[in-house]
Amino acid sequence: MTLSDTDLAAIVLSLKLAGTVTVILLVLCTPLAWWLATTRSSWRGTVNAVVALPLVLPPTVLGFYLLVAMGPQGFIGEITTWLGLGTLPFTFTGLVIASLLYSMPFVVQPLQNAFLALGKRPLEVAATLRAGPLDRFITVVLPLSRGGYVTAAVLGFAHTIGEFGVVLMIGGSIPGETRVVSVEIYDHVEALQYANAHSLAAIMLVFSFLILLGLYSVQSRSTASLWPSR
Amino acid sequence: MCFAESSRSAVLKRACFLLTVILLPTSLLAQAADIRVAVAANFARPMKVLAEQFSEDSAYTLTVSLGSSGKLYAQIVHGAPFDLFFSADQEKPLALEQRGLAQSGTRFTYALGALLLWSGSKPAGTSVKELLLTGEFQRLALANPRFAPYGTAADDVLQNLGLLEQTRSKRVLGENIAQTFQFVASGNADLGFVALSQLTPLESVAAQSIWRVPATLHRTIRQDAVLLAHAADSDAAREFLTFVRSERAARIMEAHGYRAPSHSGIQQQ
Repeated sequence: MTLSDTDLAAIVLSLKLAGTVTVILLVLCTPLAWWLATTRSSWRGTVNAVVALPLVLPPTVLGFYLLVAMGPQGFIGEITTWLGLGTLPFTFTGLVIASLLYSMPFVVQPLQNAFLALGKRPLEVAATLRAGPLDRFITVVLPLSRGGYVTAAVLGFAHTIGEFGVVLMIGGSIPGETRVVSVEIYDHVEALQYANAHSLAAIMLVFSFLILLGLYSVQSRSTASLWPSR
Repeated sequence: MCFAESSRSAVLKRACFLLTVILLPTSLLAQAADIRVAVAANFARPMKVLAEQFSEDSAYTLTVSLGSSGKLYAQIVHGAPFDLFFSADQEKPLALEQRGLAQSGTRFTYALGALLLWSGSKPAGTSVKELLLTGEFQRLALANPRFAPYGTAADDVLQNLGLLEQTRSKRVLGENIAQTFQFVASGNADLGFVALSQLTPLESVAAQSIWRVPATLHRTIRQDAVLLAHAADSDAAREFLTFVRSERAARIMEAHGYRAPSHSGIQQQ
C-alpha cells in the first residue's frame, strides 16, 4: 500500500474540511435544533423539510444549483463578488459552504432528538431555582444532551468526509484546495490506476467503519448504563 | 349464472392485461438490445444521430450508454454487456484488445476531435486568444489531463505556448469535457478548453469569444472504437461499424465538429 504526496494532501484536506464543517455546524445547528424541538410555529414543518432535503436529493441536484447560484450570474455569486470575495466554486470556502448544506441534517436531527428527549421537566425545575434562559440552556440542556452532540459531531464529520457528488461538481479538482479523498479516488479510477485507488479506498473504508463503531459502542454503553438507574 | 360467467371473463381479461403489461417491457428490452454501444461522453450528439439513421435503414436498434471512457472501460473489464466501445482515446480500446476483451483486428479511429478555447463572459474588444496569452483571466477550465484526451491536448497547447507554469494556479479541472464545458457555460471559469463539437454549429457564437486551436499545437485527438469480444459473432454490431465508416456517417460527424479520419488525409495507424 503506497500513498503519494497528492494522496496525503487529499487526506489532510478532507480532514480539514470535515473538521471546519463540523465545528460550524454544531454552532449553527444548536439554536436551529432547539427552535425545531420547542416551537409551536406553523413554520416548523417547512423548516424541518428544508433541513432534511439533502438527505433525499441526489448530490448532483445540490451541486448543480450551487454551481449556478455561486457563479458570477447567480445570487450568491453576486453577493460574494460585491463583498470582494470573488466567486466561490473551485475554492475551499465554496466547499465548506456546500458541505454545510449537505451535512446539516446529520447534525440537526440528533440534536433535535436529544432536546426532545429532554422534555420540559428539567427546565421547569431549573426555572424554579431562578436560572435564567441562557443559564438553563448552558447548565442543564447542554450537559444532558451530551450524547446528542457526540452523535451529531461524528455523523456530521463522517458524512462530510464521505461527500463526493457535490464536491465533484463545484470543486474543479485543485490539489490542496478542492481535491478531497473521494475525488482523488475517482481520479485514480478514471486514470485506470486501480492500485492507488485501492489504497485510498481501503483507508476510507476502515476509517469510516472505525468512526461508526466508536459511535455505536459509546451509544450502547451510555444506554446500558441508564437502565439500572431507571 | 350469466353474471358469474361475465365476471369470470372479466377476471380473464384482467389477467391477460396484467400479463401483457408484465411481458411487454421485456419484449421491448429484448428488441432494444440488438446492439449495445458504450460511448465516450464527448461523442454523445453525433452518436444519437448515427443511431437514428442506422435504425431507420437497418432492422437493428441501438442502445447507447454514455460515460467517460475510463468509467466505461472499467465497466467492460468487469463484465458489462456492451457490444461496441467508442472511446475518446486510443489507449483504452488497445488495452481491451490486449486483455482479450475486444476482438483483434476490429479497432479503428472513427473520429478526430478538435479543440476550442471558449469564453462565455469575455470583455468586449479582445479575443479569447489574447486573454489566454496575456493572463488576464481568473480561471481556466480544462479536462483533467491525467485521463481525459481533450485535457491532455489542452495541456499540450499550454506547454507549446509556454504558459504551463503561469496558468498552473488558475487551472480548474473537469472530470471530462462535458463538465469542463459546464464550468465555462455557468460563468464560473472565464476561459476553457472545450471540444469543438460541443459548440457546433459555431454560427450562434460570437467570433471573439472562441479560438479554434490549431491542430499543430497539440497531439491529434484520435478516438478509437472496437468490437468487444462479447459480440464477436454479432452481425448487427459489425454492420453498425461498417455504417460508422461510411461517407454518410462521415458527413454526420463533420456536421458535429469532428473530422472523419478517412476524409482528413491522416493515415490510420
